[in-house]
Amino acid sequence: MSYQKSSFRHPRLPVNDLGLTQQAYEGPLSTLCAGCGHDSIGAAIIQACHELSLPPHRIAKLSGIGCSSKAPTYFLNKAHGFNSVHGRMPSIVTGANMANKELTYIGMSGDGDTAAIGMGQFAHVVRRRLNMLYLVANNGVYGLTKGQTSATADRGSKSKKGEDNLLEGIDLATMAIQLGATFVARSFSGDKNELVPLLKAALSHRGFAFIDIISPCVTFNNHPGSTKSYDYVRDHIETASVSDFVPVKEEITSACPVGVTCRDICLHDGSIIRLQQTGDDYDPQNRAEAISAVEHHKAKGEILTGLLYVDPFAEDLHEVLETSDTPLNQLNEQALCPGNDVLQVINDSFR
Amino acid sequence: MQKIQSVNEFVVRFANVNGTGSASANLMFAKALFRMGLPVAPRNEFPSNIQGMPTWYEVRVSEAGHLGRRGGGPDLVVAMNSQSLARDMRSLLPGGYFLYDSTKPLEPEIVREDVNLIGIPISEICLREYEDPRQRQLFKNVIYVGALAALLDIEFEVLKGLVKDQFKGKEKLIIPNIYALELGHQYASVNFDCPLDIRVKRSDKACDQIMIDGNTATALGALYGGATVCGWYPITPSTSVVESFMKYAERLRINPASGKKNYAAVQAEDELAAIGVAIGAAWNGARAFTATSGPGISLMTEFLGLAYFAELPIVLINVQRAGPSTGMPTRTQQPDVLACAYASHGDTKHVLMFPSDPKECFELGAQAFDLAERLQTPVILMSDLDLGMNDHISAPLAWDDQTRYDRGKVLNAEELDEVERFGRYLDVDGDGICYRTYPGTHPTKGAFFTRGTSRDHYAVYSELGDIYVDNVDRLNRKFETAAKILPKAEIQTSKHGKKKKVGLIHYGTTAVAADEAIELLEAKGLAVDSCRIRAFPFGEEVAQFIEDHDLVFVAEQNRDGQMRTLLINELEVNPKELVPVLHYDGLPITARFISEQIETHQQGEPAKTSTLKVASR
Ligand SMILES: Cc1ncc(C[n+]2csc(CCOP(=O)(O)OP(=O)(O)O)c2C)c(N)n1
Ligand code: SF4
Ligand SMILES: [Mg+2]
Repeated sequence: MSYQKSSFRHPRLPVNDLGLTQQAYEGPLSTLCAGCGHDSIGAAIIQACHELSLPPHRIAKLSGIGCSSKAPTYFLNKAHGFNSVHGRMPSIVTGANMANKELTYIGMSGDGDTAAIGMGQFAHVVRRRLNMLYLVANNGVYGLTKGQTSATADRGSKSKKGEDNLLEGIDLATMAIQLGATFVARSFSGDKNELVPLLKAALSHRGFAFIDIISPCVTFNNHPGSTKSYDYVRDHIETASVSDFVPVKEEITSACPVGVTCRDICLHDGSIIRLQQTGDDYDPQNRAEAISAVEHHKAKGEILTGLLYVDPFAEDLHEVLETSDTPLNQLNEQALCPGNDVLQVINDSFR
Repeated sequence: MQKIQSVNEFVVRFANVNGTGSASANLMFAKALFRMGLPVAPRNEFPSNIQGMPTWYEVRVSEAGHLGRRGGGPDLVVAMNSQSLARDMRSLLPGGYFLYDSTKPLEPEIVREDVNLIGIPISEICLREYEDPRQRQLFKNVIYVGALAALLDIEFEVLKGLVKDQFKGKEKLIIPNIYALELGHQYASVNFDCPLDIRVKRSDKACDQIMIDGNTATALGALYGGATVCGWYPITPSTSVVESFMKYAERLRINPASGKKNYAAVQAEDELAAIGVAIGAAWNGARAFTATSGPGISLMTEFLGLAYFAELPIVLINVQRAGPSTGMPTRTQQPDVLACAYASHGDTKHVLMFPSDPKECFELGAQAFDLAERLQTPVILMSDLDLGMNDHISAPLAWDDQTRYDRGKVLNAEELDEVERFGRYLDVDGDGICYRTYPGTHPTKGAFFTRGTSRDHYAVYSELGDIYVDNVDRLNRKFETAAKILPKAEIQTSKHGKKKKVGLIHYGTTAVAADEAIELLEAKGLAVDSCRIRAFPFGEEVAQFIEDHDLVFVAEQNRDGQMRTLLINELEVNPKELVPVLHYDGLPITARFISEQIETHQQGEPAKTSTLKVASR
């Protein structure tokens, strides 16, 4: 698109703790199709990062290839980005994270990028428990290559040409739970009220956080018969629990609404995920129950969203590997090079 | 009966069954000679198997310092594998010595008339001396080393010293091992005329040297070079690079205050991920590397293209083995020159370096990180199985404590404040190398999108033809800069007189054989200059060398003459001027092979077809 995004902002726009308006978290104008779910995810990320007062330049956004992987271009302009190769973002972000443990890592991927070509790397970044937020903008289709069925398309879902998908769809959320992710949620790009608190909680979680976000492709997968269209998802969504994110500083003042039962889950930084219990008493700290709840709703034709599973105190990869507190990319010769005297001792061991 | 006679110049070949503990005994033998001041070159020939298959260990002793594989057959065989007795007997040179376990008599039909038999009832001795079946097996190896000490006149004190070093911390094992050595020594002294006509004598030729394998030296290079992140996936013969790196890092890279590690080694799920880890870390400002061999190189090619185009400084260590495909996974070659030089789709080229001995593995291994960061591109260190997995005599490793890492053109926050508009791909200095920033440096300046797609000077995506051309031409300019700063080829000249000038180009582990070949040829009156290539892109001196000679041979260890092709392609040399000398049976190239090829070609002159078809032995 050729027109410029307006940079005019109302002078009294709200600022966060860093004194930044939301504008400081935005990116250039999107070139995705108007109405693409991926842009709504971008908007939710902007809001979540702003509300969390994360310094924008201390975020790194990484992706693979696809429309979804292009989406990071359009948010967090002040953050470095890395648009890598198809399906391989997990290894890139692993290396990046090893080099500097102090940045916030957001990986943005698609269902093709993750559930097909990138399945191996996805499985392994989950089990490595890398400290990051991994998002899949799941539209059940390959957007960028123009509409081929993806591995997350549900069995029985119809393609735009009217063909039935005869193969089983992969559920990335239950897979992530099984493989050891310590924060797993599912959400819908069309439901900002649910998505933003989930993003905030996931960004505050230390360890591997995964959100499978159903994100309709208006161009290739938004027709009747698709189970990833806006209409279908709205009609079949079922919430595990309404969650709210309570940052550390508000912890004392914020209370559970009257007449509602709440379950508070404390994260390692002291912030809280507050879950308002819906009908059944869903316990998101129970792995087996989380998986069975997803399956149970699927059997009824429902899509279970919300926080599915969390283990707030599990070790992340840096703890497992016992890496130094100073980020590795900041170490100099003094810390890294053992020097010639040591080398002479090493020489002696080879005589 | 003819008996080979030689002091300090011979080859001993051990035939063993793998998984029987022979490796440490054989190493003790090689190391004993080394500690007597003798240059030795031990080489393993092992199968891709853990237990039960034949393996050989060949030790060349050469006071003259000729440490390439000699070829032609050993002077002494230690035949400890009943499956390969016939073959081992056949391999021996006439007049050679055949040491075998005489507990069971040799089949008469395998026995040769022209060799000297040395039968020692090793199994019988073990059966008599030891109860435990495991000990019976293990001490067999030590007994033959003891016998060799008597037969070859190895100083017994040296062997004792080695045993003591080997079992430091497990002192209980020292006495039984020395006892086993004595058993062998005594049997040989009593029953044979010791020493034999081949034997060793203390020398001072290897006195300050060390004996180390190339992979360990490479790992130390990475450690001293400041590598902090390693992504890896096991594959022979590269695995021990990473294993050594971790072994030393666990000791030498620990933060003294916290006890935490100043490095991270991530065992990845495959080679794609292994190089991805290195690329991600390099993007984020850490020195990062991965190590692999042939099949792993194939898997890494998409990412190599990304690193080339997105300009990310990783170090890739390729310990080459015989391909294609799984090929001969435990045999050596130099078969990945072209695959690495041009790895990945599109117009790509990569910086290669060719170490030829452990010291160079260390030096180039460390320097690779400086060069990668200076040039903002992958640097591939081209080692091979022979260099990487065998012990080699080498000058001791040395490090200048004044060395500062060259982190290349990276802008920090203050420097960013000073630039008006940061352009990641602006060639400010005209050398094709632009300024980069690490993620998280500055609140408002210097952020950009790293990508494998075409982009303008400010890292904005573009498919405009002139912007693309400008960018890829700049990458070529960067390559010209690389050719100027990479290690120069090593050129040696001999006295030619008025004759036609003959040159020999080689690289990597071909060097030891090439140097010896030049001596062999010189002895026959043929003067040959040599040019040992140490890096690609080639420096001017390589083109000059070719121009200065009437005839140039290119000796290498692959079927297709890959370095020759690269020279022809990059330097626009007339193919007729470069004569290939190709050895590719999976064993290291020999001096005899090179000298014979050159001689034959010289005699058959003028051979206009430039290809010497070579069935190697
Ligand atoms: C190695 C490789 N194979 C194929 C492609 C072509 N390709 C680009 S995007 C894509 C699919 C993307 O699908 P998805 O991840 O679901 O993203 P979406 O566009 O739907 O958001 C494919 C197959 C590629 N870029 N690289
Ligand atoms: S093709 Fe689909 S996924 Fe891609 S931008 Fe358009 S709507 Fe989004
Ligand atoms: Mg998709």
